[in-house]
Amino acid sequence: MRDTMTDTPMDDAIATPEVIEPLARQSLLARLSKNRLSLVGGALVLIAVFMAISAPFLPLQDPDAVDTSQRLAPIGSPGRWLGADELGRDILSRLFWGARITLTVSLAATLIAMVVGTVLGLVSGYFLGWTDTVISRGIDVLMAFPYFLLALTVIAILGPGLLNGMLAIALVNVPFFARIIRGSTLSLRESDFVLAAKGMGAGHLRVLFRHILVNSLSTLVVATTINLGFMITAAAALSFLGLGVQPPTSDWGTMLASGRQYLSAAPHTSYLPGLAIFLTVLGFNLLGDGLRDALDPRMRE
Amino acid sequence: MTVLATPQPTISASETGTETVPLLEVENLSTEFATHAGTLRAVDGVSMSMTAGEVLGIVGESGSGKSVTALSILGLIRAPGRVSGGSIRFQNHGELLTKSASEMRKIRGDMISMIFQEPMTSLNPVFRVGWQIAEALRLHRNMSKAEATERAAELLERVGIASPRKRVSEFPHQLSGGMRQRVMIAMAMACAPKLLLADEPTTALDVTVQAQILDLMVQLKEEDGAAVMLITHDLGVIAEMAQKVAVMYAGVVMEEADVGELFDEPLHPYTQGLLNSIPRGHSRGSALKAIPGIVPNLLHLPTGCRFRDRCPAAHAPCGKAEPPLQRMPDSARKVRCWLHHPEPPK
Repeated sequence: MRDTMTDTPMDDAIATPEVIEPLARQSLLARLSKNRLSLVGGALVLIAVFMAISAPFLPLQDPDAVDTSQRLAPIGSPGRWLGADELGRDILSRLFWGARITLTVSLAATLIAMVVGTVLGLVSGYFLGWTDTVISRGIDVLMAFPYFLLALTVIAILGPGLLNGMLAIALVNVPFFARIIRGSTLSLRESDFVLAAKGMGAGHLRVLFRHILVNSLSTLVVATTINLGFMITAAAALSFLGLGVQPPTSDWGTMLASGRQYLSAAPHTSYLPGLAIFLTVLGFNLLGDGLRDALDPRMRE
Repeated sequence: MTVLATPQPTISASETGTETVPLLEVENLSTEFATHAGTLRAVDGVSMSMTAGEVLGIVGESGSGKSVTALSILGLIRAPGRVSGGSIRFQNHGELLTKSASEMRKIRGDMISMIFQEPMTSLNPVFRVGWQIAEALRLHRNMSKAEATERAAELLERVGIASPRKRVSEFPHQLSGGMRQRVMIAMAMACAPKLLLADEPTTALDVTVQAQILDLMVQLKEEDGAAVMLITHDLGVIAEMAQKVAVMYAGVVMEEADVGELFDEPLHPYTQGLLNSIPRGHSRGSALKAIPGIVPNLLHLPTGCRFRDRCPAAHAPCGKAEPPLQRMPDSARKVRCWLHHPEPPK
C-alpha cells in the first residue's frame, strides 16, 4: 500500500470516474421496486387514481340515477355488476365517481396542510427566538385537541360542506408537517453547507428555500404520502357523519353511511365502499413506507 | 463597545514601514458567547492587520478563537454568540461591524470569502457542484444561468479538476475529498475576492492532497492578488505559505511576527512549546515534547497570564497581571509575555 502511494503519486483531481461509478445512485424507481410491498402499495394507489380520472370516460351508469326496481340489488345483477344501493343507484359507478371526490378532497387538504405546515416549520426552526415560541406554542395548542374533535369544532364554526370539511382536516394536519419540517430545519441550519452558503452571501430566503427546504424534500415526500392515507380516512369519516360532502354528490364516506342501515339485508352496500377506503389507505401507507426506505441513504446497499 | 483595560496598538502602515494601506484592520475585537454557565469570551481583544496580497497565518490549539475570529470578520457569528466590541475595518468599505445585514451579504462571497475545514459536508449534497459555484456568481454578478454555469466550468478547470465540463453536472458525493475542497476553493474564488479566509483548509485531507491544495491556493492568490488569512494548527502549513504569523491562545494573540523570525527565534514560551512539539527526524526514538496541561476553560481563566499554568518559564509577575501585547524594540513583532516586557509588575 505504502509502495503504491509513493510510486504513483495520487492526484485526486484526475481520479478516474470508474472508481466513483459503483457508488452512483440507482434511480428512485429501481430502489422502490425492490420492495414488494411498496409495489403493491403503488399499484393500489394507481388503481384509485385511475378510478378517479377515468370515471367520466368509462361507459358507467349515471351514479345518481334512481331506479327503485333495482333497490339493494346484489352483486352480479345484470347491468349492476356490483349491485345497487337503497335507491337502486349503481354501486360500481358510484365507487368510481366517489373516488374523484374522496381523492380530490384528501389531496387538496394534504397540500394545504403541507404548504402551511412546511412554511411554519421552516420559519420557526430557522429563526428560533420568539418567532419559534409563538409558532411552536400555537402548534402545541392545535395538538392539544383530540384529532377529530378539532375538525368537528372547525366544521361547527364554518358549517358543513365539501370545502369546509377540507379546510377542517387540513388544519388538523398542519402540526404534523410543521413538526417534521421544524425538526429537519433545526439540524440543517447548523450544517456546514448552510454556513458555507451564508459565507457566499446568500440571504435568509435563499438559505431557507434553496438549501434547507430542498434538503428536506425526501422527508416531505414521505410525510405527504403517509399523510394522504390519514386524510382519506378523515375525509370519509366527516362524510360518514354527514358533515363533509352534501347530497346529491357523494363520496366513499357517504356511501358507507347510507349502506350502514342495510348492513344485514345488503352488506355489500357498506363493505364495497369500506373496502375501497381500506385498500386506498393501505396503498398510501405501503407506498409511504417504501418511499421512506428508498429515500433513506442508510438503507442503500 | 467594550473598552478593555489594556488597549493594544495595532500595526499601522507607518509603524510597519510599508506604504500600503491596510486591507483589513481588526482592532480589539471581542466575541462572546452566552452560555448557561456564564459569558464566554472566545475572542478577547484581538488586533491584527493585513495588507493586500499578504498571507497571514493564524495558529493555535483548538478553541483558541481562530475560527471565531474569521467568522466575526465575515459577520457570521450566530446567537448565542455576538461580537461585543472592537472594530473591523475593511479597505474602502470602512467599518464592517456597523454594516446592515444586506450590506454584509454583498461583501460576503464577493469581497471576502471563506473556505471551510470540512469539504465533505460544506457542499450541499442535493445540488450539482456547477450549480453551487454558479450560485456565488449569480448572487454577486447578476449573471444569467447559462453564463454562470459556463463560468463555473472555467473555474473548475482553474482549480485543476480534470474534465470540468463533465464535473459541473456531478453531485458532491461523486467527488473525492480533495476534489470537493477544490470545488470549495472555486466557489470562494468565483468573484475574485480581495480577502480569503481559509479555516483549516487542508486539515481534513490526505497529506499528498494537502500539498496540492496549498500549491493551488498560492497559485490562485498570486494570480488574483488576494490576501489570505490562513487559519491552521499545522505549523508546517504556516512555514510554507505565510509571511506573517499570529499565535493565538485562549482568545488572545500571544505573539505576532514575520514567519522567519518566529521560526528562528520564538520569543513566547507558548510559541516555543508549539515549535518543540513538532516531530523531527533527528529526535527519532525520544518522546515528543508536548505542552503539558490543557487549554484553560474560557469561563474560568487563571488570573494574570492565561498561559501561566502550563508555562515552563512562569514566575512571580505572571500571576499578578495579564501581560500586554508588547512591541519588541527595533522590530514589528509583538509578544504577550512578562519575560520580554521592560517593566513587569513587581
